[in-house]
Amino acid sequence: MSQLVFDPSKVMDIDYTKRTEYLDQLEALRAGMRTVKEVPFQPSLPDKGYTNRTLYVNVGSLEVTEKPVTQQMKDVFIGGRGFGLYHLWNAVKPTTRWNDPENEIVISPGPVAGMTQYAGTGKSLVVSLSPQTDIPIDSNVGGFYGPLLKFSGFDALELQGKAEKDIILFIDGVKGLIRVEEVAGGPEDSHVLAELLTHLYAEGEKDLPNVSVVSTGAAAAHSLIGMLNFSFYDRRRKCVRFKQAGRGGIGTVFRDKRIRALVVRGPKVAGDLNHPVDPETIAKTGIKYHKEIRENDGGQCMMRRNGTAHIVEIMDAYDLLPVHNFQYGSHPEVHKIDSSYWQQRCTQHTVDGCWYGCSMACAKGADGLVLKTGPYKGDMVTVDGPEYENAAGLGSNCGVFDPDYLLELNFYCDTYGICTITYGTLTAFVMECYQRGILNKERTGGLEMTWGNAEADLEMMHRMARGEGFGKIAGLGVKKMKEYFIQQGWGDPQLINDIGMENKGLEYSQYMSKESLAQQGGYALTNKGPQHDEAWLIFMDMVNKQIPTFEDKAEALYYFPLFRTWFGLNGFCKLPWNDVVPANNSEQPEAHKVPEHVQNYVDLFSATTGVKIDKEDLIMQSARVYNFQRVFNIRMGKGLRLHDAAPYRSLGPVTKEEYESRAERYDQQIITEMGLDPAGKSTEEKMAMHRKWRTDRFSKLMDSVYTRRGWTLDGVPTLARLQELGLDAFPEVVDVVKQHL
Amino acid sequence: MKQLVIDFQKCDAGRNCNHECEMECAVKVFKVDDPAQAALQIKAYEDGGGKAVLCDQCGDCIVVCPSEALKRNKLGVVMIDKQLCVGCYMCIGFCEKDAFMRNPDWIVPHKCTSCGVCVKVCPHGALSIQDVPEPAVRII
Ligand code: SF4
Ligand code: SF4
Ligand code: SF4
Ligand code: SF4
Repeated sequence: MSQLVFDPSKVMDIDYTKRTEYLDQLEALRAGMRTVKEVPFQPSLPDKGYTNRTLYVNVGSLEVTEKPVTQQMKDVFIGGRGFGLYHLWNAVKPTTRWNDPENEIVISPGPVAGMTQYAGTGKSLVVSLSPQTDIPIDSNVGGFYGPLLKFSGFDALELQGKAEKDIILFIDGVKGLIRVEEVAGGPEDSHVLAELLTHLYAEGEKDLPNVSVVSTGAAAAHSLIGMLNFSFYDRRRKCVRFKQAGRGGIGTVFRDKRIRALVVRGPKVAGDLNHPVDPETIAKTGIKYHKEIRENDGGQCMMRRNGTAHIVEIMDAYDLLPVHNFQYGSHPEVHKIDSSYWQQRCTQHTVDGCWYGCSMACAKGADGLVLKTGPYKGDMVTVDGPEYENAAGLGSNCGVFDPDYLLELNFYCDTYGICTITYGTLTAFVMECYQRGILNKERTGGLEMTWGNAEADLEMMHRMARGEGFGKIAGLGVKKMKEYFIQQGWGDPQLINDIGMENKGLEYSQYMSKESLAQQGGYALTNKGPQHDEAWLIFMDMVNKQIPTFEDKAEALYYFPLFRTWFGLNGFCKLPWNDVVPANNSEQPEAHKVPEHVQNYVDLFSATTGVKIDKEDLIMQSARVYNFQRVFNIRMGKGLRLHDAAPYRSLGPVTKEEYESRAERYDQQIITEMGLDPAGKSTEEKMAMHRKWRTDRFSKLMDSVYTRRGWTLDGVPTLARLQELGLDAFPEVVDVVKQHL
Repeated sequence: MKQLVIDFQKCDAGRNCNHECEMECAVKVFKVDDPAQAALQIKAYEDGGGKAVLCDQCGDCIVVCPSEALKRNKLGVVMIDKQLCVGCYMCIGFCEKDAFMRNPDWIVPHKCTSCGVCVKVCPHGALSIQDVPEPAVRII
């Protein structure tokens, strides 16, 4: 791989301050709003990273209460995803489903969140029971809502109940009031709604960056794959931008509760609002990291130029980029959507962090896109990203290699409030079903879902947003589509199950795991479903080749899900951990863990909270929450070995074409890995040999990983493990487990 | 734009002066009695000569500042607006000349304003404020 060199003269000349504005709708929106509840509260700033209280709002009964954060919550659950799971556990019963009023959406930023000196410190963690999986989903999202919520006075926001009419929840952390407003009419889609609300609640131009909006869009209400947009005001572009809490359908829960938007107005941000115990350590660690980015990013990642899309061509080169529903790992047209294109198309001379102090600045934006379809046809918009997942999911995985269409798909997913990763994978599934005759024009209501047909793809999305026809069916997600197609008798059930890329009901994110045993486990052996944020091992496995043996991979599936969980407890972003690394990292022991950065995190946590930890404590903190979440899954009727099963497409070649396209590799594996002879065997016979070898190997991996995690072979945490973690202090947790031991 | 320039033919790196420039900058501009907090730092090399850490008003820090706290004033000098600064220190980490300074007692960092106060006290006349063209904005 040759390193791409940045050439500023090639960046397209697009005026990044120009776009269609929607502010003329402001008065109409205001006219449709009516305050139904207003309560005062005492704003407060955090002390050592915690404000020590959380806010509970029932959007149905309009009950608004403050709850104290107990020492036990801090010790065991830390914050962020930990607080989310703790509150959700207390709110639901084993029979609760996503659309029951007792289901909650919990948003919590974590104790470190809101720090401005280190990259990636502005994350909110969102937890809810997922409409796709029926178990807790957690999502790590940027934007300013979480930090501003904390600087207003709350470590978490719990939303329960269901409203009868659409409501907006406004928290004014400057004036100290919480207001619920009913809203009739007005826009639903995020890019319009959040722009209006930001201007509506900001007190003057200078206040715009202190307001953040959480919203979704029209498709969230008609599908199970709704996502939440967390806004931040981009001062240079002078527009509202978003980061997404994408996976698992939390946007759908949000709309089911009839929440139109959450708005927070926080105090002006400064560098010390967390009141950390040791600001000097934080300052020094932050400056050291910023220097590292300045010196190394250009040669290692070009994150500041391309965002996460910098790995499109790497994945393609290593045969790991999903193409045509994860059938293939590369495609000759990928150069049209790789980073050499995006760095010309994304605006470069600006600051693209999703929170202050992010020198990694991956939140790129493509400005000046004029839409060709849909309700906003003709409008000029700014598209966030595209991130790697979107280029791969909406692009190569569906055979779409036209960058303008890719941007338009990305834009509409965002503003309609659906997850780009989920949408990409489910559309790839639909297209493969179309290719194989499981679907046809009649069954799709006239949509010609052939590979690369971006117009049909967009039309399916618009139908999803309108809740019409096949758009509605697609919006159920891969798992429910599979069940539906099989029930309709539309194809071979085994084939449908093999190619439908979901586990636990959640769609796979955009990496080809067929040749990476570590990533197969990294996807399927997750708590929430196959999302790479829990165990993004494919790079260290296949590109850097840092975990070569079976034992290394099993150990990585113990360590990394725990290590990465920790980011979500604290409000950290994961990218600054290992995208750019210190120049001498490869010489360090356990280089794949990036030891210097691990130490940074240990130091930042201790310096914020005053709780001295080391790198082993860090893993313990995560292990408590991780195992709690596993038990939570079991409590909800999942979380066992059978729920960790992987669709065969993620493990090996399902079809003849797949096998034959990489026949040399697969034949070779029969010799070297299985010790057998492929000569004279038909493709079908060889595929069967692979299937047996690959599924056995995956099963063996499960055994090893479960054992290493302190779980039974059925995937249940043992009592000894719970005791070791101190989770035996929660009798309800022990009770759940006892029924399965 | 106004730029502080040092002439090492004249500056003797503190061998025959008391770093008057640093002291004057710290006391008069930043109101602290500590030369380590001055916006310029003169270091002597053991084998003679020395180097100065000083800001040439290149403007790189403006590009990276997320809160638009850094802007050029009418004289082209890069100035910090303390009200807007969020204390992220990206300006410090991205300054190739290490000229963006930080006092551990303050949350907001500080830098040279090309005010010329130090110029007046240098006993060797090594410092001057010069008018040079503003460099083009860099993508950083
Ligand atoms: S690396 Fe990207 S996602 Fe992470 S905090 Fe920075 S800008 Fe946000
Ligand atoms: S502080 Fe550094 S980056 Fe900023 S203008 Fe001066 S020399 Fe340039
Ligand atoms: S520390 Fe202040 S001046 Fe420097 S980059 Fe950050 S916000 Fe801007
Ligand atoms: S010009 Fe002014 S601010 Fe700059 S070093 Fe001299 S005294 Fe300090």
